[in-house]
Amino acid sequence: MKRLLSTLSCFALLAALPATASEIWVTNEHDDTISVIDIETLEVVRTIETGERPRGITFSKDYSVVYVCASDSDTVQVIDPETGEILHDLPSGEDPEQFVLHPDNRHLYIANEDDAITTVVDTVERKVIAQIDVGIEPEGMAVSPDGKIAITTSETTNMAHWIDTETHQLFANTLVDARPRHAEFAKEGSELWVSSEIGGTVTVFAVADQTPLAKISFEIKGVHQDNIQPVGFEFSADGKTAFVALGPSNHVAAVNTETYEVEDYILVGRRVWHMAFSPDHSMLFTTNGVSGDVTVIDVASRTPVKTIKVGRFPWGAAVRP
Amino acid sequence: MRTFGIALLAIITRETLRYVGQRERFLAALVRPLVWLLVFAAGFRAALGLSIIPPYQTYITYETYIVPGLCGMILLFNGMQTSLSLVYDREMGSMKVLLTAPLPRGWLLFCKLVASTLISTLQAYTFLAIAWLFEIRLDLWGYIAVFPALCISGLMLGALGLAISSQVKQLENFAGVMNFVIFPMFFLSSALYPLWKMAEAGEVLFWICTINPFTHAVELIRFALYLEINLAALGWTSLSLGVFLALALYGYDPARGITRDGK
Repeated sequence: MKRLLSTLSCFALLAALPATASEIWVTNEHDDTISVIDIETLEVVRTIETGERPRGITFSKDYSVVYVCASDSDTVQVIDPETGEILHDLPSGEDPEQFVLHPDNRHLYIANEDDAITTVVDTVERKVIAQIDVGIEPEGMAVSPDGKIAITTSETTNMAHWIDTETHQLFANTLVDARPRHAEFAKEGSELWVSSEIGGTVTVFAVADQTPLAKISFEIKGVHQDNIQPVGFEFSADGKTAFVALGPSNHVAAVNTETYEVEDYILVGRRVWHMAFSPDHSMLFTTNGVSGDVTVIDVASRTPVKTIKVGRFPWGAAVRP
Repeated sequence: MRTFGIALLAIITRETLRYVGQRERFLAALVRPLVWLLVFAAGFRAALGLSIIPPYQTYITYETYIVPGLCGMILLFNGMQTSLSLVYDREMGSMKVLLTAPLPRGWLLFCKLVASTLISTLQAYTFLAIAWLFEIRLDLWGYIAVFPALCISGLMLGALGLAISSQVKQLENFAGVMNFVIFPMFFLSSALYPLWKMAEAGEVLFWICTINPFTHAVELIRFALYLEINLAALGWTSLSLGVFLALALYGYDPARGITRDGK
């Protein structure tokens, strides 16, 4: 009996201990803050002050620090995720909007929107190691899984620029539809997906020869075509589905990555731009800029389950397991 | 006590048989809300915009919003249909047979009310099933939880029908009931638009909508579909049920009402 009681009390103690819940970090562009959402409770548990106009956000591979593009402060801030304290700023070039962390966990590739350049920053030495001329208004950034290719998309030039990460030179430029906003590598780096906001399409390229494989268009019943503006997108854990944020159409599309056909449209908040998965990829969190909230989508059923109020104009999202 | 049960069963059986026999009535009762759901809602989808109000946790389409209101519409029209059939029964004389049964009149009217509510509920479930086919889907438990809400709302609207039928002497007057009861009750409620929209239109309209028992019936159904209890709506609907039932009993009192003028 005593043993049973002690076992039960152990269980009770374990239950009482605070679990280290996973979090979604969301940058609020107009509030200069980050809202931290607890994935268990689906509530904002912390709000962290940042530099001016935080947009792109990403964690280091070991989740020991989080990098945030403070666009109007012309810097990338390095924040301790435990305390929320800004540890230091990184040189980033002017107006950093989006960035991507190289698989080496050391080099950040940053799009400098106002300067038409891509800046490569060494996060250990805290210095700029290269600046690469790209098209006008660069934004979308991606690095291939093997780390050999970096991509910058330029919103006004309407191109995806292919950068050799060893030489820091452009080796190809490919045209896409108007205003490319986001790029991601898919299928273990064999495909590159680029979204075009004004063009209303997502173009898929074969990485081997940079030729277009498919162009995905969207159509939502009752929504004017001009309002269907693809921006951010993410791939499901099995890689079979791409979830594409469609901006002011207030929907996220689920695209079959084999057939390149749209299978579903999911209603979310107003002007959805970016998103992040929960660690197990069972939930997807979308940032809805105009309505100032984050919609949680159940990935298996592709249904929105909850919308959480955050700061003004949420922009980027990143997961902290 | 057994005779009470027999009477209840007999009346339910009669109403069910009558209902099953009238296939057009069944179809008509379904077509009305379906037209609203598939035509009206599609047209107003963009115009009315989106909002998050309890019990919803996220953004919803307009079609999703009006489903509880259309369930309420089925109950409301069916309640009034029962009222119409009572007037018809009275004109045909079958009402006299019913009311002269050796049982309290209140019980007989209650049996009639239960029978009509069960039929309304069945219709509402058929409507929910068709809505499901059109991909307006809810939590499975919501379909179970909504049963008591549909019953209470159905009883309340049926009791209103009874109370009205005690005052309407001829079938021809029924058009007036449509104009002065059904339409204002339906449109001045939260069935088609959330009440905050009404508040924007004007304080008086908002106030009328707030005290409209139909609003509360719809909200009771809406919250139940999402596994929540709206206590205010439950209280107001139950209170209205009590008041309408009392009015119906008063109206059908042998000492006055229909027996007074020999009808």
